[in-house]
Amino acid sequence: MMEDNSHKILSDKIPFYRDIRFLKVFFQILFVIGIILLTGFLYVNMLNGLSRQGIELGLNFLNSEAGFELSEGIDFEPSETYLKAFWVGIVNTIKISIIGIFCATVIGFFFGIARLSNNWLIRQIASVYVECFRNIPLLLQILFWYALTRVLPVVRESISFFNSIFINNRGVYFAFVERADGFNAWLWYLLSGSILAIFVVLGFAAFRYFFRFRELQQTARPSFISNITFGAKWAAAPIFLIVAIVGWFLTPEQPFAVTRPALQGFNFVGGMSFSPEFSALLIGLAVYTSAFIAEVVRSGIQAVVRGQREAARAVGLKESQVLRLVVIPQAIPIIVPPLTSQYLNLAKNSSLAIFIGFPDLFMVGETMINQTGQSIPVFAMIMVSYLIMSLTTSAFMNWYNRRITRVGK
Amino acid sequence: MAENENTTNDPIIICEDVHKWFDDFHVLKGITTTFKKGEKAVICGPSGSGKSTFIRTINHLEEHQRGTIIVDGIELSNDLRNINLIRQEVGMVFQQFNLFPHLTNLKNITLGPIQVRKMSKSAAEEAALALLERMDIADQAYKYPAEISGGQQQRVAIARALAMEPKIMLFDEPTSALDPEMISEVLDVMRELAHSGMTMLVVTHEMGFAREVADRIMFFDEGVVIEEAAPADFFDNPQHERTKLFISQTLQH
Repeated sequence: MMEDNSHKILSDKIPFYRDIRFLKVFFQILFVIGIILLTGFLYVNMLNGLSRQGIELGLNFLNSEAGFELSEGIDFEPSETYLKAFWVGIVNTIKISIIGIFCATVIGFFFGIARLSNNWLIRQIASVYVECFRNIPLLLQILFWYALTRVLPVVRESISFFNSIFINNRGVYFAFVERADGFNAWLWYLLSGSILAIFVVLGFAAFRYFFRFRELQQTARPSFISNITFGAKWAAAPIFLIVAIVGWFLTPEQPFAVTRPALQGFNFVGGMSFSPEFSALLIGLAVYTSAFIAEVVRSGIQAVVRGQREAARAVGLKESQVLRLVVIPQAIPIIVPPLTSQYLNLAKNSSLAIFIGFPDLFMVGETMINQTGQSIPVFAMIMVSYLIMSLTTSAFMNWYNRRITRVGK
Repeated sequence: MAENENTTNDPIIICEDVHKWFDDFHVLKGITTTFKKGEKAVICGPSGSGKSTFIRTINHLEEHQRGTIIVDGIELSNDLRNINLIRQEVGMVFQQFNLFPHLTNLKNITLGPIQVRKMSKSAAEEAALALLERMDIADQAYKYPAEISGGQQQRVAIARALAMEPKIMLFDEPTSALDPEMISEVLDVMRELAHSGMTMLVVTHEMGFAREVADRIMFFDEGVVIEEAAPADFFDNPQHERTKLFISQTLQH
């Protein structure tokens, strides 16, 4: 009887305050309620504070006239809205980030590989580069480059390279490819070329799949998809290229033209140009970040086991081939995650633009705050914009990383 | 004893007074020897005796600091061109296989012929498939190294070395990293290769293989060759005390 009794107690109904299932849900609800109360309190407090200063919170101001000028970016007049001004800032930030990331990657890979060179001098130069630029504050570097642009020669005495690049105290001017009159006509050739290529590749794949199946089975694994990729490479790409090239010559005007900057009056016209502010910011961001990327690349290459290099050498590959065909492909998956962090750093560090007056997202936002007093909404807009850009970048890099690491696993 | 009908009297590797230091450590203390075309030499000895380092100097994975090494009439000097020429003549198989993990087994094999020998892709693949057939793993061609067993990986590695059509094959403990049941499949391939007349230098602890295949066994200790002889003499009538100890220890199990 005693035994039965104790058994009964254990399987008794559990009181709710001891039930794990209940407690789990209960504490989560409690936590959410706590957060809502806290934010609500802060929000009300903020509204009270703002109304005491006579500011009404809202986004209506975005449609009012900005009234300030922006020194560069897509065309903008002071009579246009704050929203448009903010957009100009976003585009400028994206532009400096993309060009900066590209330059930092190229320079970073170069110095990262150079640090592992067999040549003593190259190795030392690379070390000095990395140690200097990653150990001096970025803001200081940007201000220094900007100071340098201030002492460049005047327009009439521009430093020129090959008559295509001109550098003076108003910026850097260089030759650039631009769309010309024939561009739209050429687009039609591209379109018809792609349609033709798609038909050919489908036909080609179907033919191989149905008629040569038996014969191909010996050496390869034929599937409809692999036939399509094969066809895309050997039939579609050549056809598309031929149509594109023929179209290039058949259009009456050139689709593209190279325009060179030329001195006209007091300044250069034509080609492409970077302002001194943009150039200083670009050099600062690219050089600073490249020093970190160089270290990322170096550690990635060193993480590839020694036996891989030895096996590649034993097969007779030259040192450059060892690096290109065996070491780098294995280092890339190791390099990509820390490289992504560096890209995000560069994009966020571009907000230092405000110190030299480059109208990026952050600087335009600050101006808007000064004029309207709408600090909280504008800060929120700036933060959300950076967040979206950063999350997009990491999403892309994560996708790339998954794609390359899937191979060989 | 497979008395090797293939062995000739033409020397193919000539080593004279080869020395090598790792910083202060004197690894090779004057190795002088000659390998003949078609010869199979097994190199054994305790660990740290310099046997691996010695065969690695022959394709210049390790640099020797004194003495001369001449491979197939080409002297291993500081001339980059000579180093590359010799590496094309000499194939190597490693203890850890060292297959390229980012390439399929087939591409592991065709990499050298396409990049170094400038063969066309189709010719290289055809030759590679034939080699895989010879290694009895033709069905693994389109897999990646990580997807096959250790024994299969080592056979792919042998095929990769053979694809360059080398005159000499170096084996650096090719079975030491393998599970016991996979050792024989690799040794079978090496035996077949030996019968085909390849010049082979094999660092190994497989004394059964040595006795059966080798023309000569070289015993290394502390950077010198202390004894070298045909397998029969080496195992049944060792001269040196150190050799006797080594043989008694290795044949115990």
